[in-house]
Amino acid sequence: MTKKQKTMLARIAATLALFAAVLLTDRLALRGGAPTAARLALYAAPYLLIGWDVLRKAAVNIAHGQAFDESFLMAVATIAAFAVGEYPEATAVMLFYQVGEWFQGYAVGKARASIGELMSIAPEYANLERDGTVEQVDPEDVPIGSVIVVKAGERVPLDGTVLAGESFLDTTALTGEAVPRRAAAGDAIFSGCVNGAGTLRVRVTKVYEDSTVAKILELVENASEKKARLEQFITRFARVYTPAVTIGAVLLALLPPLVLGQPFGGWIRRACVFLIVSCPCALVISVPLGFFGGIGAASRIGVLVKGGNYLEVLADADTMIFDKTGTLTRGEFKVTRLLPAEDASEEELLSLAAHAEGLSNHPIALSIREAYGAPIDAGRLSEAVEEAGYGVRLRCDGRELLAGSAKLMARHGVACTPCEAAGTLVYVACDGTYRGCLVIADAVKDGAAEAIAEMKRVGIRRTVMLTGDRAAAAQAAAAELGIDEVHAELLPADKVARAEAILGEGGGKVGFVGDGINDAPVLMRADVGIAMGSLGSDAAIEAADIVLMDDDVRKIAATVRIGRKTVRIVRENVAFALAVKFLILILGALGLVGMWAAVFGDVGVLILAVANSMRTLKAA
Amino acid sequence: MKKKFQCEVDCANCAAKLQEALGKVDGLEAVSVNYMTQKLTLTAADERFDEVLGAVVKRAKQIEPDTVIHI
Repeated sequence: MTKKQKTMLARIAATLALFAAVLLTDRLALRGGAPTAARLALYAAPYLLIGWDVLRKAAVNIAHGQAFDESFLMAVATIAAFAVGEYPEATAVMLFYQVGEWFQGYAVGKARASIGELMSIAPEYANLERDGTVEQVDPEDVPIGSVIVVKAGERVPLDGTVLAGESFLDTTALTGEAVPRRAAAGDAIFSGCVNGAGTLRVRVTKVYEDSTVAKILELVENASEKKARLEQFITRFARVYTPAVTIGAVLLALLPPLVLGQPFGGWIRRACVFLIVSCPCALVISVPLGFFGGIGAASRIGVLVKGGNYLEVLADADTMIFDKTGTLTRGEFKVTRLLPAEDASEEELLSLAAHAEGLSNHPIALSIREAYGAPIDAGRLSEAVEEAGYGVRLRCDGRELLAGSAKLMARHGVACTPCEAAGTLVYVACDGTYRGCLVIADAVKDGAAEAIAEMKRVGIRRTVMLTGDRAAAAQAAAAELGIDEVHAELLPADKVARAEAILGEGGGKVGFVGDGINDAPVLMRADVGIAMGSLGSDAAIEAADIVLMDDDVRKIAATVRIGRKTVRIVRENVAFALAVKFLILILGALGLVGMWAAVFGDVGVLILAVANSMRTLKAA
Repeated sequence: MKKKFQCEVDCANCAAKLQEALGKVDGLEAVSVNYMTQKLTLTAADERFDEVLGAVVKRAKQIEPDTVIHI
C-alpha cells in the first residue's frame, strides 16, 4: 500500500466513525426527517471530510472546460441530494464513491506488484573484473568484452560466454522451467537466470540494453500499450456513455416535473441515481487489468506476449501453421547415410560435399563439415553462390562443385539417380558429373508431437506444416507429429504465398510458428506470429507477436488457454457491469431504487469486476 | 528522441484523457500514457525535446492536477 493509499484508508475509517456518530445523533437528538440547518451542518462534517478533494477537482476541471468528469458528476449528485434534503444519502454516496476509488487503486497496485514480482528479474549489479580486482558496478556500465564474475546464488546480470567455472542455472525467470541448466566453459548464458553453487567467470557479449533481461522487461512493459479490441471498445463506449447518462439525468430531473406538473424533489432524486451510475469506472479499469494479468500469466510460463490484442487473437485461433526446421525439429542435422554414385567412393563424396559447403553457415552445411571432420582450406574455394531453396555452388581448385536438392541438379543439367530415403537429401556434383547423395536427418523435438496433440485438444482444428525440405522428409515428420496438412519443397516466397492463401480462406484466426530469418514475412502476415526465443533468429523474434523463451512448442497450447480465459473473464466483466448499470438506471428512473442502493450497486460492481479481473493472473 | 518517465496517474480514464489532451502539444511526435505500468512515453525531435517536455508537464498539471510526472 502506498502512502497515499494509507492516508486515504485512514480518512475513510475516520469518516465512517464520524458518519456513524452523526447518524446516531440525528436519530436520537434531532429526530431525523425534516431538512434543517442543524442537520445540514451535522452531515456536512463527514461529507466534507471524505469529499473535499472530489469537490476541488470538480471545480478545477470545470474551470478548464471539462464537464463530463466523474468528480464533477459526483459533486453535482451529492450537492443536489443535499439540496433536496437527503443528507444521509448524499454523505453515504460520497463515502462509497471514495471507497470504490480506493479499492480500484489498491487492486491495480496489487496487480502491478504481482507482475512486478514476475518481472523482478532485473539485476541490480554486476561484479566487474578490472585490473585484477572485482568491483560491483551498475550492469548498464559494463562494456562488451569485459569479464564479470557471477558468484553462487547471484542473478546473472548480462548475456555472455562462460570463460571458467561450472554451475547450474535456474532459468525460471526466463522460461518458467524449474529444471536447472548446466553452464560450463564455452557455454552461452543469459541474463536473468539465477546462478547455482559454482562461481562463473563470464565474458560479456551484449551490453545491458541489448541483454535478454532488458529486452524482456521492455517487451512486457510495452505489451500493455497494444490495446486489445475489447479495450478499445470500452474506451469509446465510456466516452459516449457518460455524457449520455448525464444528459439523461438532466432530462429526468426537468421534463417529468415540468410536463406532469409534479414536484421537482422526487425527480431530482432519481436524476441523482443516474449521475451516480454515470461513471463507467468498473469497465474502464477491469478490462485493461484483465489483459495485463493475462500477459503476466503468460510471462510466468516463459511466453512473452507483446500485446493484449495478441492474446485476444490467439484465443480466436483455429489454424496453426508451422515451419519445420528449428520449430518442430531440433534443427540439428546429422549425416546418416552416404550414397555415392557408381564411380565414386564414400570418402570422395563426403570430401566433395564438405568442400562444396565450405563457406555456408546453413545447418545442413555445418552437419556435413562435422561429418567430414577435417578442416576445410577456404583458400581453395572461390566464386561461392548460395541459391536459396536450391543449394550452393562454388569452385574448389578450379573445379565447379554443386551441393543441394534434386532441383539444383536439374537446374544445372546434372543427371542424377533420385534417392528415396527419408530425410533431407544433398546431391553432390563435380564439374557437371553426379557424385552421390548424402542423407541428413533432423530429429523431431521432444514433446513436439505432444504439443500438437495438446493444441488440437485446445481447439486448433487445422494444423499445417510449411517447409523447404523434401516431401518425403516432411511427410515423415508430419506423420510423427500428427500434423494434418503438409506443403513441402517450398521456396521462401512460396511459403509466404501459401500462408496468404490460408489466411484468405476465412474462418478463425491463423497463427504461424517459426524461427528463421526467412520466417519473418510470414510471422508478420499471420494473425498471430509465434517465434522461438532461444535459438530463433533476431529477425523472427522482432517480427513475432508472441515469443517462446525456451523454444518449447508445448507452451503454445497453454498460451491459447490463457488467452481464452482472459477474454472470457474480461467479457464476463463487461456484460456484468453493463447489465447492473442499466438495471440501476431503469429502476432509478422508475423511482424504485434510492441513492444508497445505486452507489452500493455501483461500487459493488466495481469491486467484483476488478477482483474478477485479477483472476487472469492465475490463468496459467 | 524517445524517452520514458515514471508517472502517477490515478485512474485508467484519467490516463486516456491525459494521453488525448497531451497529444495536441506542439512539437510532439507521439505520446502515450500507460496506466498499467505508470509510464509516460514521449517522442519528439532531439533539439526541441526539453522544451516539449516542459510544455507536456505544464499541460498535464492543468488537465489532471493530481498527476505527478517524475523527471
